[in-house]
Amino acid sequence: TVMAAPVTNDQSWFFALALGVSFLKCLLINAYHSTDFEVHRNWLALTHSLPAAQWYYEATSEWTLDYPPLFAWFEYGLSHIARFFDKEMLVVQNLNYASPATILFQRLSVIVADVVFFYAVKECCKSLREDKGKDLLGKPSFILTVLLLWNFGLLIVDHIHFQYNGFLFGVLLLSIARHFQNRHFEGALLFSILLNLKHIYLYIAPAYGIYLLRCFCFTQSNDNIWSRYNYLKIWNLRRFIDKFYSSLFIKGQLPQVLSRLFPFKRGLCHAYWAPNIWALYNIADKAFSILGVKFKLLDINKLPKASMTGGLVQEFQHSVLPSVSPLATLVCTVLSILPALFRIWHRPNGARGFLRCLVICALGSFMFGWHVHEKAILMAILPLSLLAVESREDARIFLILSITGHYSLFPLLFTTQELPIKIFLMLLFTIFSLTSLKTLFRKGGALLNPLEATYLLGLIPLELICEFVYPLTVWQKTFPFLPLMLTSVYCALGVTYAFIRLYISLLTCSDSTKKIKTQ
Amino acid sequence: MENWSLFSLCVLLGLTSRWAVSFHSYSGAGKPPMFGDYEAQRHWQEVTYNLPVHEWYFNTTNNDLNYWGLDYPPLTAYHSLVCAYVAKLLNPEWVELHASRGYESHSHKLFMRATVLFTDILIYIPAVLLYCFYFCDGSSKQKVATALCILLYPGLILIDYGHFQYNSVSLGLALWGILGLGLGWDLFGSLAFTLALNYKQMELYHSLPFFCYLLGKCIKQGLTGRGFFQLAKISLTVLVTFALCWMPFLSDPKQPLQVLHRLFPFGRGLFEDKVANTWCSLNVLIKIKTLLSRETQLFLSFALTLLFILPSSLKLLSKPNLWQFKLALVNSSLAFFLFSFQVHEKSILLAALLMFFLFVFFHSMLPLLVKDGLLLPYVVTSLAFLFLSLYLLSHLTRTNEPLFWYFPFHFWFSLVAMAVLSFTSVWLEPPAKFPDLFPVLVSILSFLHFLGFIIYFNLVQLMEPQRKKSQKKTN
Repeated sequence: TVMAAPVTNDQSWFFALALGVSFLKCLLINAYHSTDFEVHRNWLALTHSLPAAQWYYEATSEWTLDYPPLFAWFEYGLSHIARFFDKEMLVVQNLNYASPATILFQRLSVIVADVVFFYAVKECCKSLREDKGKDLLGKPSFILTVLLLWNFGLLIVDHIHFQYNGFLFGVLLLSIARHFQNRHFEGALLFSILLNLKHIYLYIAPAYGIYLLRCFCFTQSNDNIWSRYNYLKIWNLRRFIDKFYSSLFIKGQLPQVLSRLFPFKRGLCHAYWAPNIWALYNIADKAFSILGVKFKLLDINKLPKASMTGGLVQEFQHSVLPSVSPLATLVCTVLSILPALFRIWHRPNGARGFLRCLVICALGSFMFGWHVHEKAILMAILPLSLLAVESREDARIFLILSITGHYSLFPLLFTTQELPIKIFLMLLFTIFSLTSLKTLFRKGGALLNPLEATYLLGLIPLELICEFVYPLTVWQKTFPFLPLMLTSVYCALGVTYAFIRLYISLLTCSDSTKKIKTQ
Repeated sequence: MENWSLFSLCVLLGLTSRWAVSFHSYSGAGKPPMFGDYEAQRHWQEVTYNLPVHEWYFNTTNNDLNYWGLDYPPLTAYHSLVCAYVAKLLNPEWVELHASRGYESHSHKLFMRATVLFTDILIYIPAVLLYCFYFCDGSSKQKVATALCILLYPGLILIDYGHFQYNSVSLGLALWGILGLGLGWDLFGSLAFTLALNYKQMELYHSLPFFCYLLGKCIKQGLTGRGFFQLAKISLTVLVTFALCWMPFLSDPKQPLQVLHRLFPFGRGLFEDKVANTWCSLNVLIKIKTLLSRETQLFLSFALTLLFILPSSLKLLSKPNLWQFKLALVNSSLAFFLFSFQVHEKSILLAALLMFFLFVFFHSMLPLLVKDGLLLPYVVTSLAFLFLSLYLLSHLTRTNEPLFWYFPFHFWFSLVAMAVLSFTSVWLEPPAKFPDLFPVLVSILSFLHFLGFIIYFNLVQLMEPQRKKSQKKTN
């Protein structure tokens, strides 16, 4: 079954996939959008109406500006186009303003900004090591393109829930691609820009830092002699970024900006627990407290009454296990990524080793971080896609992480109207990733072992119980958070497992000179 | 990748587009006192649930036929009844007699949309998959591509999930009928098609080809031997199916007559609204509606329909094979659409089993869709469909020519004309003297296309050229 189209330089499939997914995004314009929609509208309004000096002080709306300045400038740029759609959205006082023109504009801005993402994916495809496939559907670049362009998480979070992650991940993937292409300076620059767009990428900054220092400043042959030229380059880069940063607004605002960017008052877990270690910790604590009361080891009156799942801004204490402070989570995070950083310091595996370390940093911060949002799992899934089409073990980890991680995003779309969409799209992505990766790595037996397959299949009854059966029972009113808790705990198991496997693969992987099995 | 996964991906894409379109507005949303087709379907649930069978088609105090009276055959009524039972379980207010008129709510909309999705998954989509799997020529990739294009056909999606109707049921059943005939299961095929006919009388458009094909086949097998037996079996199947569907109405001779009266409203005039058929277009030049008497109009439309359908049917009778059958289906439905009485835009869906020319048909529905507030889905799905079908077509046929030269000049011209018309319909104000200018232009343009198609397809069928598989989107 040879495709009749000329094989030499036919990249039209990329264009077709990109256009196709854009059409789908357009159809979702009228879907449910979360409060993040109002957040961005508010930022459009305040960047448009107020001078830069006041952007981080404005507090008319509860959704204050909590992204770094470069993103604020991005919103400012958008606001000039917004004027032609509906001027009213740019009035700060118009809280929750959502006219059809506003919705159309905001949705289109996300769709158009995704062009950056498309370009980045194209660049990533170029960096793949081997791209031979008998037919189009079996080519690694095709599979990678679909895994990235049609990623379920991105579609759901960006085009329904409403955010600009496509654009941001585009910058990240482009930076990674540049490192693959040995254009390190551009890669570093892009990452610095990214940090100034959304500070959540600080999670993976250590990977960049160590990798750049190791491979750029300290060349492999002379471990103890600094390659002065390269080091100066990096240093200049940092200085440039600093200047850029400070030129954007008056110096005195830094503390205010930082306080907006890092609101530590928010609590260990979000209202819906991200499937990380702390979810398991919470459940263990709850279990112990229930058991303790049952076996009369604890006095029920002495237990703190605060609910761990109530509200957005609530700090709570654990009843049995020690309470966790932000500092503790920071320490845990650092400890979790330290071995990986050491590993690429001592044995850098080129760009792929860097990528693996990056994913581990993202995942480690997800696992142990403070007030982690479940959307942050995308920071691990998307870069991992690049590794998944090249190595069997990575494909396996990717399948587990992506299916579990994507499922954990389900509670983000809780409306009945969006239920079929999220199920269809989830099935679409899952079936595609399972069958295409299985076909890519068909030599060598099954990709997932029975235990893993059972775990993943277990998501189906979980979904049926949480969204179909449970709402019809009596407990829906008394314990409304139970399905969410079940979901996050079940997914936390999968994510933890993927994290451990990823670590093992990093610590045991061979040098880049050895041939890596791809088929 | 295996076939099952590719097909399931196509299905999921089709389902996603359908549901995403359903987020938008429906016919008559927020427009009292009559609302639209959505309210009609809801009203039928109310009527069938609360009233006894013999009152469904009659004008009684409880059943005002002027407010969306039932005008589809009994199977639609039974379907509405089943939906009404479910509705009653979820929220009795939805089907409360009289009190639920004009009921509109978000959850009700979800329920109604879900009923469409359910029947789609049950009837239409399996038929499409089986059709593509068994009756499409070409590699498995081509089959998958065909399935994808059919499933993403905007016309059906927008009418069923936007405007609101259940065309997927009747079209799906008709497709099962075609499948049955194609697989050699004549009885099953006849059964399925009879059911389709009893769901929507518009399927009459396809009935002559079915009849001619089966009759021709029986004749070929010898009218004195096996052929006669076969004919008897088929006739029996059809009659029994009809009897079963119409059973509640057979007790009183007045009943079936009234039902027929509702199904074929000859009192309503040659056409309503702006439809892309002959009469509407002709009316622009000569006001036939007022010039001719009702009887003359009836006779004229009947005569012309018959005239246009006769050659194709006779050819099929003489040469009953599948290829002729498919062509006859197209010709027959086009003929009916263009020339018969009281045609609605949606009737064109029946001729739309052919993929490639669907786009024109879809465009002809533009005025209706704009009225329903479905402009955005219209633009997106039509662009997507056009792009996808052209892309897949150019990649899966054995040609290395650039896309541009592959299609004749008038194809591109038509596309441009349609794009321009779409744009002007929405953004420009029509001159005060001709307030209906744009819908009429759309109708006329589409009509000219359809006329061209019917002539072309009749020529193709009658002259029986060698099978040009690469170009014909086999359907």
